[in-house]
Amino acid sequence: MKTYNKVLTPYLFIIPSFIVLSLFFFIPFIETFILSFKSYQNIYSPDWVGLSNYTKLFNSPIFWKTLFNTFLYVFIVVPALIVLPLVIAIVVNQKIKGTNIFKLIIYLPVVVSLVVAGIAWKWIYANSGILNYLISLVQLPAVGWLTDPNIAIFSVMIVTVWKGLGYYMLIYLAALTTIPKDLYEAADIDGASSLNKHLLITIPHLKPTIALVSIISSISAMKVFVEIYVMTKGGPLNSSKTIVYYIYQRAFENLDLGFASAAGVVLLVITLIFSILNIKFLEHKKFEKI
Amino acid sequence: MNKILSYIFLSILAIISIGPFLWLLSTALKSPAENIFSYPPVLIPELPSFQNFINVWNSVPFYKYMANSFIVSLFTIILNILLSSLAAYPLAKMQFKGKKLIFYAVLATIMIPFQVIMIPVYLMTLRLNLVDSVSNMAGYAGLILPFSVNAFGIFLMRQAFMAIPKEIEEAAIIDGCNSFSLWRLILLPLTVPTIVTLAIFTFVGSWSEFLWPSIILTKQEMYTLPVGLNHLQGIFSANWRYIAAGAIISMVPIITIFTILQKYFMKGSTQGAVKS
Repeated sequence: MKTYNKVLTPYLFIIPSFIVLSLFFFIPFIETFILSFKSYQNIYSPDWVGLSNYTKLFNSPIFWKTLFNTFLYVFIVVPALIVLPLVIAIVVNQKIKGTNIFKLIIYLPVVVSLVVAGIAWKWIYANSGILNYLISLVQLPAVGWLTDPNIAIFSVMIVTVWKGLGYYMLIYLAALTTIPKDLYEAADIDGASSLNKHLLITIPHLKPTIALVSIISSISAMKVFVEIYVMTKGGPLNSSKTIVYYIYQRAFENLDLGFASAAGVVLLVITLIFSILNIKFLEHKKFEKI
Repeated sequence: MNKILSYIFLSILAIISIGPFLWLLSTALKSPAENIFSYPPVLIPELPSFQNFINVWNSVPFYKYMANSFIVSLFTIILNILLSSLAAYPLAKMQFKGKKLIFYAVLATIMIPFQVIMIPVYLMTLRLNLVDSVSNMAGYAGLILPFSVNAFGIFLMRQAFMAIPKEIEEAAIIDGCNSFSLWRLILLPLTVPTIVTLAIFTFVGSWSEFLWPSIILTKQEMYTLPVGLNHLQGIFSANWRYIAAGAIISMVPIITIFTILQKYFMKGSTQGAVKS
């Protein structure tokens, strides 16, 4: 009896998590694929429709538009979130007074919900708002920050970057403390400028961290939703609509669950490519022993 | 010189970071007699008044939204600590059949974003009757359970457990501890800092979660703060004094907690991301 218990013990500890993950992760994961082959015009008796959701999806100009917007988002937000927080971290990491207060203030947007952040920026971007006043000081004409289809998505990107600065700054700061100080002292003796010191010592040492930041930020940029929902609702003219927003809208506003699931599968394939990089990296760093 | 430049840079950054919130606060404090669109904009209200806050508080059940957010966050935190530390124990300390498979299954959940599976998760909560149209309790369960454990928490706890020396466990077993009491009396007390980190990490995520509650909630009295605030934005569409006041009210709890626990917040957010 005792040995029988011993065999069961590990599973007993895991079972609660296993049930939750099965119900809300593994089963839904499989169901996403099944749903994508069904038509949910009538939510109680969905029909099998084969690949027709996918054909509809790939023939939909809006789908391609949202995919384009998503990639645009990633390609602009990610480089900004790799470079800016690194610069901030280097400045904050200096031995000068008061950096803790600055760290705290820069981190503040991270803890505030995106709904509040979106509202705050919507007010700044308002047509007769403070930002248009500021640019009028340098004789520029008023801009429709959230109402001009050529500009809206970039205005939302600024909010995403602004919200992420503090988080990635902290990641860089943690990594900066692992660089041996004598490297900088040696460079000082050689008379290196501070820019050169960072290019030759800091950046090479931070390569793994930069890789990590680029992976985390690209996966989160791929999933961008709340700031768009709060600020533009994907508009004007779908100009700021991204793939997750499109899935949300088709699923929960149009109740076209099958079609939305097909779009979800596409999102899955794209994020999987990024995620595999992520796992490879983490596994290499953290999970060497099982 | 370098120092002065650094301070200028950091000051500009600080203004950019909290400027949007201060501008919101300024707008919320302006009385109806004051033009909020005046050029040039006025940062310090001429006649500051709390009337907007009072009016918003009286027309929107903010205390309910806050209570809902507290309930949801609290139980999400408790369940995360409980479930991840339970699952992490055998993954860190025992050898058993299927360990590798379970390990990789948990790992796989990191790779798939919630947004990909949210539609079937929604159908699952409908099937399990975990929606607010059934009862408020069911509504809370529907908000909490899908986020009650995740790979991040399991791996975080597993790492903490792995760092505990074998000798401590062996001594406890000689003293007659079984697996469960070993977990409760030895492993958990020794990993309190990690548990705090997990709690804060879960709190920040749960407190600001918007997508999931906006999908499943149907009753206004069940709204959490982010959903309630977004709703308020819709009701007072053009009344920026009220919207601003509502946004400021909704920030009060998180700013208070952040100020008190800032050290843990800053530490917790990078754990798991950086580990050399």
